[in-house]
Amino acid sequence: MGLIHEIDYGTKASTSTKLVTLKIDGNSITVPEGTSVMRAATELGTQIPKLCATDMLDSYGSCRLCLVEIEGRAGTPASCTTPVAEGMVVHTQNAKLAKLRKGVMELYISDHPLDCLTCSANSDCELQDMAGAVGLREVRYGYEGENHLGATKDISNPYFQFDPSKCIVCSRCVRACEEVQGTFALTIEGSGFSSKVSPGISEEFFSSECVSCGACVQACPTATLMEKSVIEMGQPEHSAVTTCAYCGVGCSFKAEMRGEEVVRMVPYKDGKANHGHSCVKGRFAWGYATHRDRITKPMIRSKITDPWREVSWEEAINYAASEFKRIQAKHGKDSIGGITSSRCTNEETYLVQKLIRAGFGNNNVDTCARVCHSPTGYGLSKTFGTSAGTQDFDSVDESDAILVIGANPTDGHPVFASRMKKRLREGAKLIVVDPRRTDLVRSPHVNADYHLALKPGTNVAIVNALSHVIISEGLADEDFIRDQCDWNEYAEWADFILRPHNSPEAVEKLSGVPAETIRGAARLYATARNGAIYYGLGVTEHSQGTSTVLAIANLAMLTGNIGRKGVGVNPLRGQNNVQGSCDMGSFPHEFPGYRHVSGETVRQIYEQDWGVSLSAEPGLRIPNMLDAAMDGTFLGLYVQGEDIAQSDPDTKHIVGGLTAMECVVVQDLFLNETANYAHVFLPGCSFLEKDGTFTNAERRIQRVRKVMSPKNGYGDWEITQMLANAMGMEMHYNHPSEIMDEIARTTNSFAGVSYDALERLGSIQWPCNELAPEGTPIMHIGAFVRGQGQFVIADYVPTDEKTGPLFPLLLTTGRILSQYNVGAQTRRTENAKWHEEDLLEIHPHDAEVRGVKDGDWVKLASRAGETALRAKITDRVAPGVVYTTFHHPFTQANVITTDYSDWATNCPEYKVTAVQVSPSNGPTEWQTSYMAHSDASRRIAPIAAE
Amino acid sequence: MSPNPMSPNHTQEKLVYMANQIGKGFTMRKPEQAVLDIADHLKKFWEKRMLAQIFEHLDAGGQGLDNLPKQGLQRLRETMQ
Repeated sequence: MGLIHEIDYGTKASTSTKLVTLKIDGNSITVPEGTSVMRAATELGTQIPKLCATDMLDSYGSCRLCLVEIEGRAGTPASCTTPVAEGMVVHTQNAKLAKLRKGVMELYISDHPLDCLTCSANSDCELQDMAGAVGLREVRYGYEGENHLGATKDISNPYFQFDPSKCIVCSRCVRACEEVQGTFALTIEGSGFSSKVSPGISEEFFSSECVSCGACVQACPTATLMEKSVIEMGQPEHSAVTTCAYCGVGCSFKAEMRGEEVVRMVPYKDGKANHGHSCVKGRFAWGYATHRDRITKPMIRSKITDPWREVSWEEAINYAASEFKRIQAKHGKDSIGGITSSRCTNEETYLVQKLIRAGFGNNNVDTCARVCHSPTGYGLSKTFGTSAGTQDFDSVDESDAILVIGANPTDGHPVFASRMKKRLREGAKLIVVDPRRTDLVRSPHVNADYHLALKPGTNVAIVNALSHVIISEGLADEDFIRDQCDWNEYAEWADFILRPHNSPEAVEKLSGVPAETIRGAARLYATARNGAIYYGLGVTEHSQGTSTVLAIANLAMLTGNIGRKGVGVNPLRGQNNVQGSCDMGSFPHEFPGYRHVSGETVRQIYEQDWGVSLSAEPGLRIPNMLDAAMDGTFLGLYVQGEDIAQSDPDTKHIVGGLTAMECVVVQDLFLNETANYAHVFLPGCSFLEKDGTFTNAERRIQRVRKVMSPKNGYGDWEITQMLANAMGMEMHYNHPSEIMDEIARTTNSFAGVSYDALERLGSIQWPCNELAPEGTPIMHIGAFVRGQGQFVIADYVPTDEKTGPLFPLLLTTGRILSQYNVGAQTRRTENAKWHEEDLLEIHPHDAEVRGVKDGDWVKLASRAGETALRAKITDRVAPGVVYTTFHHPFTQANVITTDYSDWATNCPEYKVTAVQVSPSNGPTEWQTSYMAHSDASRRIAPIAAE
Repeated sequence: MSPNPMSPNHTQEKLVYMANQIGKGFTMRKPEQAVLDIADHLKKFWEKRMLAQIFEHLDAGGQGLDNLPKQGLQRLRETMQ
């Protein structure tokens, strides 16, 4: 076990298919045309000294250390900026080159502190390495001249420091910020000797536009930009590759360790989802795993008004099992159920649904995808035949027009947003459909060609209007439709789309988006060589979420934008394993692999494998579970890694349902809001403490690797197994790989997946089976999974959540970069410094007429409830629209949201709530009493003396 | 009409509301197809106690149910018998 080091080839790989053969130091090598001499040498195993070059960035050629001699050419060109040529003869080492390089290093070192022994980068410093490589033994200029050694450190960022005294001004940090992250927060200020790296205009890192993605820290070849954790703990001694537990991008990281302590998380360059990039959450916000709030001992209580009592695992598990059995004996087997977690692994999710279907004997299993992407599952399954996105992330590199609907990737999926922004800088066009002016609409080097700032709730009308323009202007790809879709269904759908109510002029009246803007956007998307659609919860979390997904799928088929690189329909999944939790049979109507429970064949597969008979009827969804609880027919719930009391809509209804239950079992890292209503608390473990797999938004299955012992004693899969055994259902897995083997043998789309295959391939995109033994990066090539693509008519139906005199504004909700979902993890890290509380964004006009000033407390009231928070006045939102996040339990944003939901899937309508905003003196009575209740509910009784 | 969360019949009102929503989701199909699709959707996604509650409501006259979902429910019950 040691540190994993990826090879740094110095410059990027060429994608050319034409090959070139050259000689380097007498050795022949053949590489793609366009490869740099430096990269070709590295591929031969020859390390040319370098400082400003790294293969994450474009060649720069400033440090003059990588000079080489090329026969027949004058001078000593930089190998990083010199492309190979047929027959070229290169010499990387001779007396002349050695002298030149030594001279360069002398200059660098003459203005560098000689504190290597006490430097945080000691043993991980490229400058130190290069001094060794060139054989630097003295600096003829001395160290007394003018220098930068007294420059002041910037320690404002909570995660890394900037020490300009160690900077060699190689610009790697500035270039990483531009090329990799796309934020352009750093610059080189001044010129010549006085040039220096500067965040913004001589600002501190914390107050600058820096988004703390860590790309600059990773790129820095010295200790100038260094993680504070390394400064504090020292260099790591071993590492393991694992997968981030935040958003659905699924970044690969090297967990760099000292013993069982994480020193730092470094994005893994060979990770196929992130290619060595990261965001502030995955890179730095892992401290929650050891936060003092973490509960590590099981606890029980008879009543939710009692304090918790710490007990042994055996007692807690037996108590939970006996309560569930008691409830079932009294109220029937359908009186209990469970919720799987999109933060847990595939294997853990699979086990929970197995416990419920086979152990509880019903299908009352649901997952947090209910409140995010359940319409995606329904809509894409109907139209394409698969409940998942069509592309891999790399696909965006070939997109020419990108349509982003109801998604804010720079905040929600930042690493993918950086890829998208890079493509935009290369010239791709952008259409954003969003009520807010997100950063993708306008930010440095990003300027959307069209921003359709629609009124919340009118997505279906807008997407249908785009199709209307495309058909009426003859822009449809009829060859594709005739070849891959049912033409008669298309003709019927096209007839509907061409009706006047779908015209841009009619839709302008509903949506507020000018007809000409709709027309322009439609033409842009339809005429692009490759048009790609990316969407998020701004599409799904509506009463017409499913209809919008159907309309989006129709739009992609209409233009032939399916089945190749650069196109497709791509849902950006919220949580790390939302895709996986859905794949693993977390919905009450489907077994793993999206097969309905009524199917005889699939039921027989599981009945034979599990040795029990299974129900053929769908179970309850989360909102229906809570309704049934209020009705007295659903009384026991096992919740793994999900906080419905904070994340689900209409909090008062959720709380009412939970309170009505007789046994709520919560398995989590922390006493979350749902645990306030729980009778058994089973401490869970973090992604650092267990083995397993996550599946990201591009269907990529990746390993999660255990790097430390579980603080609670068990992996989450082991806890479910203990509960199953206590319920009388035998489970005896020794390792999560055995669970994956069971998934593979019972689910065709996973048939080729195993831990061995993942070890060999790094990651696998399902379907992976005999037809696609190494997985499927892009789906529906040549034909749809369901055979022919199906055009489904999806008409616009206005939401019943209406504005009026009492509630004249529309509230929509979303996320912010530094926080994640309910904030349970990120609030327990330094990320809280960027977002200490949820704020209400309100347009200056709406604020002025209400007498609200920036920073004022305001009351936010809807038909469901009211809360109070501070106002942020901004024209990011249109007049008539307000916006907030839901990261802080104190804000209780979901007290406001209603229980309106999607017609097909019951996904809540978070994105449209009619509200009123008025000045306030502070928190509401509900907030105050809720926090008091919350504090009381978290009491843990002292352990009685022996 | 939206379901009243304070109503003692909240669940039943909500089920009627949900059934009508589903009906609107299939409105643009040909009527006979819409009835079949509504019945199929309810069979695939509604748990049996939800179906029992709405059938009970249907037997009591089905107040508040739109025509298409009402027909869809009737069709579903026929197939379940």
